[in-house]
Amino acid sequence: MESKLEIVSQGDALNHKLPTLMIGPAEGWTSLGLKEVWEYRELLYFLTWRDIKVRYKQTALGAAWAIIQPVFMMIVFSLFFGKLAGVKSDGVPYPIFTFCALLPWQLFAQALTSSSNSLVSNEQLITKVYFPRLIVPISAVMSGLVDFIISFAVLLALMAYYRVVPGVAVLSLPFFIVLAVMTALGVGLWLSALNVQYRDVRYTLNFLTQFWLFATPVAYSSTIVPERWRPLYGLNPMVGVVEGFRWALLGKTDGPGMMLWVSVGVVILILIGGLFYFRRMEQTFADIV
Amino acid sequence: MSEIVISCENVSKRYRIGQQERYGTLRDTLASMLAAPVRRLRSTVERAPAQNGHRGPSTFWALNDVSFEVRRGEVVGIIGHNGAGKSTLLKILSRITRPTSGSIELHGRVGSLLEVGTGFHPELSGRENIFLNGAMLGMKQAEIKRKFDEIVAFADVEKFIDTPVKRYSSGMYVRLAFGVAAHLEPEILIVDEVLAVGDAQFQRKCLGKMNDVAKSGRTVLFVSHNMAALRSLCNRGLVLDKGNLILDTDTETAVREYLSDDSAMEAQVVWNETDAPSTPEIRFLKAYILDEEGQYAPVIDCRKDFSIALEYEVLEPISGLRIGFFMRNAEGVGMCGSNDPEAWANLTREPHRYVSRCDFPGYTLNAGKYSVFFGADAPPNTHPSFVTPYCLSFTIEDVEGHGPFKDKLPGVVRPKLKWDVRQLSQS
Repeated sequence: MESKLEIVSQGDALNHKLPTLMIGPAEGWTSLGLKEVWEYRELLYFLTWRDIKVRYKQTALGAAWAIIQPVFMMIVFSLFFGKLAGVKSDGVPYPIFTFCALLPWQLFAQALTSSSNSLVSNEQLITKVYFPRLIVPISAVMSGLVDFIISFAVLLALMAYYRVVPGVAVLSLPFFIVLAVMTALGVGLWLSALNVQYRDVRYTLNFLTQFWLFATPVAYSSTIVPERWRPLYGLNPMVGVVEGFRWALLGKTDGPGMMLWVSVGVVILILIGGLFYFRRMEQTFADIV
Repeated sequence: MSEIVISCENVSKRYRIGQQERYGTLRDTLASMLAAPVRRLRSTVERAPAQNGHRGPSTFWALNDVSFEVRRGEVVGIIGHNGAGKSTLLKILSRITRPTSGSIELHGRVGSLLEVGTGFHPELSGRENIFLNGAMLGMKQAEIKRKFDEIVAFADVEKFIDTPVKRYSSGMYVRLAFGVAAHLEPEILIVDEVLAVGDAQFQRKCLGKMNDVAKSGRTVLFVSHNMAALRSLCNRGLVLDKGNLILDTDTETAVREYLSDDSAMEAQVVWNETDAPSTPEIRFLKAYILDEEGQYAPVIDCRKDFSIALEYEVLEPISGLRIGFFMRNAEGVGMCGSNDPEAWANLTREPHRYVSRCDFPGYTLNAGKYSVFFGADAPPNTHPSFVTPYCLSFTIEDVEGHGPFKDKLPGVVRPKLKWDVRQLSQS
């Protein structure tokens, strides 16, 4: 009897702060629920940390893989496009010209691939435990940043070697990093949600990133695009990112200009659209995945 | 009476069967999505199969209009056969999936444990997995830190805490995983059949932990096939059957209902004219298990009487006919056999239909699955003489359990024995 009374009084004490939750049928378009994502930020942190921690487990070369990929791309590009094809590089040595672009490109491509596959590869979690699903693709994108930081060290070494000193514009670099991440997340949200239902996405991804690479001024300069077409070219948001990187680090061009603002606009549209689409589809993930 | 913390109103969940959810190609979907609001996409999706000549995607209701309320501090057992909708209900309550219709109101933080070790990563160490898994179950980092030592001690993995869990034995793995979940302290705890894993000792530990949780005044929803555990933990039982809530009552009644449920067909085997075991003299008709009330019952409460019965038709007069059976347990160990010659007064059986029934007293067999075969002969005549294959099976359920943790008793028999204890005089 005594213990029962105790429980009741305990319950009354708790009563005031108990959160109330309503569960109903799927609702169609809903709010973004970003507040809840914030409440689960520790899980976001742990999932990101897990991905980073696990990524190079049981590999012989470990984190060196983060460097090997862009460096080899740089070598191949420098040889074939820089040396043999004689592609113009805005007056800077071709290797550093292309590496400046490969950095954000790698960040983008990797973040896009892993976020697009993130829901499917975390199926186990999605069908067994509740948390805001947005955490999954966001953490997949975030974990790509580590590789970016590692290969950034290579860029610094290259800049020292070629004696390239960035100007004040380098302060804008974080903005372009954020833009690259947002682009990857925006597209990743769409593709990850689609991937839950249509596994076609997985096979499209390889093709998509290759195609996108050539549509982005990584191996060449956007100056080869006629002036009046450049705003249109900026519809590819990675154009703004890549040219922004070059401008911030090498400072040779006048800056991406109009192209950049087109890119920023496109990214915002894709991201917001992706968020809403994701939230809408998220309600059935556990049933379909 | 404490206040209501879970209120479930007319909750239904429909699933599409098979791959019906995926229509068309990615390209079609993208195209129609760009062309029109997604509402239209849905109507396209639902119209699509009609073009293939079907009336619509085949669906089934995993839950059908389920309503109930749970008050604070109640420990509710959810009982039902596979496919009854138990897991679907838990998934909806833990927000993993949405109901198709109906609504639920929850007051308080919900912690759910639908699987042991969700999100464990094999490459990470035990320590790392505790934090990761804890975060997934909704614990704050500070909370996990505070309980870390307790979790490790519970799981008994101190020495291996920095070893990747892929090197763990499966027992260690499960202990660690349950350890994290067991230290979750939400106001409402939802637990799916987690006691099915691990060895007996560990199950006992888990059950003990569950008991603590239940006693601490938290609200618990608990799915299990372990009737003894349910009886000892829960004070209320919900019985689900094919998505319907058929009973909401005290645990005792719920367990009884579950054991004697409608799957009576499983409790009998009926032979038709062509496949019946027969000779020119005799033909078997059907065999079945009856509970103490004479109802077909595939599952028997170990405390209760039950009967094994065979119906057959004698086609020509037979003298000295014996009908018998033999029983073995799930491990293939022979349990017992018996036959009926003394039960029939006359030497000769005239053509007619008969039933031979063998009654077992309660407290005979231990919990488990048993199968039975039947035979007929008439020594010293050589006709008839035949046996059937093992054709009838039934389950003995131990609803009582043994000791404080309601274990299954070891051994194949489960007699109710009388003990006597007395002091000896000092000599």
